[in-house]
Amino acid sequence: MPIPTPFHPRTSELCRSYRYKDWSGYIAVCAYATYADREYFAFRYAAGLIDVTPLFKYDVTGPDAASFLARVMARDIRKLKAQQVSYACWCDEDGKLLDDGTVWRIDDNHYRVTAADHHLAWFHRNTAGLNVTITDVTDSIAALSLQGPLSREILNHATGSVVDGLRFFRLTNTNIANRDVIITRTGYTGDLGYEIWTASEDALAVYDAIYEAGTPLGMQPAGLDAMDITRIEAGFILNGVDYFSANHCLIESRKSTPLEADLAWTVQLNREPFIGQAALKAEKARGQDRAFVGLVMEWDEFEAHFAEHGLPPEICSAAWRDPIPIYDTLGNHVGQATSGAWSPMLKKNLALATVKAEFATPGTQLRMETTVEYVRKTVPVTVTEKPFYNPERKRK
Amino acid sequence: MTTQQYDAIVIGGGHNGLTAAAYLAKAGRKTLVLERRHVLGGAAVSEELYPGFTFSVCSYVVSLFRPHIIRELNLAKHGMEIIPLEASYLPLPDGDSLCRWADPHETRREIARFSKRDAEVYPEFGMAMNKLAQFARHIIDNKAPDPTSTRISDLMQLLKLSKAFNQLDPDLMQLNMQLLTMSAVEFLDLWFESPVLKSPMSVSGIIGTFLGVRSPGTAYVLLHHYMGEIDGAFRSWGFSKGGTGQISNAIANAARSFGAEIRTEAPVDRILIERGRAVGVVLPNGDEIRAKTVISGLDPHRTFLGLVGEKNLDPEFTTQIKRFKMRGSSGKVNLAVDRLPQFRDGRTGTHHLRGDVAIAPSIDYLETAYDQAKYGDFSSRPYLNVVIPSLVDPSVAPPGKHIISCFVQYAPYDIKEGASYWPNRREAFGDAVVDTLAEYCPGLKESILYRQVLTPWDLEQEFGLTEGNIFHGELSPEQLLFNRPASGWARYQTPIRNLWMCGSGTHPGGGIMAAPGELAAKTMLTSGAV
Ligand SMILES: Cc1cc2nc3c(=O)[nH]c(=O)nc-3n(C[C@H](O)[C@H](O)[C@H](O)COP(=O)(O)OP(=O)(O)OC[C@H]3O[C@@H](n4cnc5c(N)ncnc54)[C@H](O)[C@@H]3O)c2cc1C
Repeated sequence: MPIPTPFHPRTSELCRSYRYKDWSGYIAVCAYATYADREYFAFRYAAGLIDVTPLFKYDVTGPDAASFLARVMARDIRKLKAQQVSYACWCDEDGKLLDDGTVWRIDDNHYRVTAADHHLAWFHRNTAGLNVTITDVTDSIAALSLQGPLSREILNHATGSVVDGLRFFRLTNTNIANRDVIITRTGYTGDLGYEIWTASEDALAVYDAIYEAGTPLGMQPAGLDAMDITRIEAGFILNGVDYFSANHCLIESRKSTPLEADLAWTVQLNREPFIGQAALKAEKARGQDRAFVGLVMEWDEFEAHFAEHGLPPEICSAAWRDPIPIYDTLGNHVGQATSGAWSPMLKKNLALATVKAEFATPGTQLRMETTVEYVRKTVPVTVTEKPFYNPERKRK
Repeated sequence: MTTQQYDAIVIGGGHNGLTAAAYLAKAGRKTLVLERRHVLGGAAVSEELYPGFTFSVCSYVVSLFRPHIIRELNLAKHGMEIIPLEASYLPLPDGDSLCRWADPHETRREIARFSKRDAEVYPEFGMAMNKLAQFARHIIDNKAPDPTSTRISDLMQLLKLSKAFNQLDPDLMQLNMQLLTMSAVEFLDLWFESPVLKSPMSVSGIIGTFLGVRSPGTAYVLLHHYMGEIDGAFRSWGFSKGGTGQISNAIANAARSFGAEIRTEAPVDRILIERGRAVGVVLPNGDEIRAKTVISGLDPHRTFLGLVGEKNLDPEFTTQIKRFKMRGSSGKVNLAVDRLPQFRDGRTGTHHLRGDVAIAPSIDYLETAYDQAKYGDFSSRPYLNVVIPSLVDPSVAPPGKHIISCFVQYAPYDIKEGASYWPNRREAFGDAVVDTLAEYCPGLKESILYRQVLTPWDLEQEFGLTEGNIFHGELSPEQLLFNRPASGWARYQTPIRNLWMCGSGTHPGGGIMAAPGELAAKTMLTSGAV
């Protein structure tokens, strides 16, 4: 049975829909109301507040902390400055993805890693010869994500204007309601946003202060359903949905490399050895087999399928994540869409897909399966650059 | 007197004999099953020993049963129902406990209380074992491979020949090698640090063997116990509704529906052999029943040294059969109780009891239990695997009352006073088991309405299991595959023409699996023997 997070006393009071799910063993709100629209629009027009405590969190300390992280991560973490955060992925010896997450440098020899999956044992296996301590702080640190155009203003209210100068992918130590917190300018919505990290015992006080500051500005408590739509608009890959950690794969073909997951920009190949380096170099030389791409559905043919039955086109109000086959224009199977959503901002059907590398160029026309009145059809989709939605305020 | 002719006579109405009969009858062969006891099932049997309480007298949980047999014999229709176990619970002497659940995150949190690292390695271990088990499953769903050489040292080479094995990645090959040679504890030491996790996991390596958790070769048996667990930790271990005898009854019903004839209280005295061929069986009263083929579901000792007789066998073969290790090491204590047992830890509710409960507090505890057995004693504080089936299947006990089934190891067949002295020690053995459990469950003794104690001697006398071996022969690596039960005779055929074997002493081995019965019948049918 999943357990409550430290915010549960508040979130459960607000969650009128009783729609929860298990997120890494914690009870997580899917949506506070029957539909997630209000929460979605809060993310895009005001701010949404979501409990992200279930993320796995590891503190990495000691003189060799940076060397250790440089060894396990595909990114060269030694370049990270104090109070800086970076997005990284890590692989097994064969260069197959294990997970992706953020790495922060809190100060000189103190780093934190957030992840979708647990890695303590794997990290420990790779500490040989290094003076480093890794502590699982998942249960002792509660986390909130405050995302949306007004998130800065709300946090300024709550902290006394400390986030004004906080740049994209930076962190600051401050306090809210007299409780110590770390604020990172990060998030999973592709918008202006922050994440607030605090000791579990301070969670409720911090929540109350942000809630009080945010409510007059239209902030809404938000659940995973709304966040899922925003992360698809942002083109973010999701471990366990768009790719599978090599640890959990029974067969090779299920595994992915960072190149295949479109995470090459996070990989620094030419440096001291790191785990998976040789395999990744070889892959780069050989060329990748698959690619992770954005797809936008062409509307007219989709609408026509419904019109045939005298129906208006059906728009799904929630994101989906049941894989759907993708074909080339000749009808050959070339990959699968692994998640998708109707974008209320863009008024388009979006999907994230893994396709054979030769079909990955933006503009490539493909076909995606869809079911209209119980009959399977295909509709045209166009390979499109990610992110689909990328407001300037995200970085400003 | 000679009676009518059958295509096949199956000796022994254990679940494997019944399975063989069902497949033969389904193929249109005129088949007769002869069972010595008054009930069918052998070691997969349900009996109402105390009014209102139906005991799974011997075997008590199912996991290896081959799913395709359920489909092919339509066993669901004939009454086979399996209810999954929900947890694996380990109470500890200090009042703490560890419970492993189907929910991976819940399990991770439980293990993390003892070791955060182990908590994370646990699913990795499960994944690796599942990959290996997939390979192993390929083996148990097929006849034993035909070796070019039959020495045990060639086992690995033979495995390498298999296509499935070649598909394993190098890490897994190495793992497989380790499994074949290491002890359960050594193997688990490669993965885990917490003894609290290792001791209940290691016991899978000793079930039904006269070996300790630190004896080489026991690692392989761990794998055997993972084979039934393909879709996640504990889900595919199950209780059979109505006790494990219901599985046997369902197979018997299927066999009858295909026209097989099944008789109980019909012991076979010997196999009728004329000019080196089996031509039927002889009953204790001298009656003969003739058949084109005879299939024995008994263990290899009983079949060859008992029903065939050494005089009909090649001495070298006899030596091999005699060398096939039986050495029973386990017993069973079944209790009817008037209330649910209360363990000392603070867990509320009953979820943690809806699976199996292990009394295996430490590796040293297990090894000490083994030491006593080595010197001819039963363990005064034995390893127990306890289930309370009535919690999940209320049909087996009156409302509010329960059955506690305790599988016990070690109880060596050869106690120092000699095996036949066991009846004099039976109650002392029962007391040791109840005392052990009562240390974790205060109030247990007062709740007992009825107690059945089965020593290895009883398993032999009552159930026909030679030396009380629960698997018709140890599942150690040298007694598996093409060596089960004898090299050159691992494909259900015997040196006596028209005599076949189909019990747990043949490939792929013991447990409620039905595979030996199925594979034996299919081999006979495809080879045109019947
Ligand atoms: C105490 C105990 C606990 C166990 N626990 C489990 C468990 O939880 N899960 C699991 O999967 N496995 C368990 N096992 C193992 C499993 O029960 C056996 O491997 C399996 O049931 C054997 O089936 P079989 O058909 O091969 O042989 P048996 O069940 O032994 O059948 C042989 C039959 O032949 C009959 N017979 C003997 N002599 C004659 C004769 N001369 N003439 C006619 N009939 C004769 C016997 O009465 C018996 O019915 C356990 C076994 C025991 C003893």
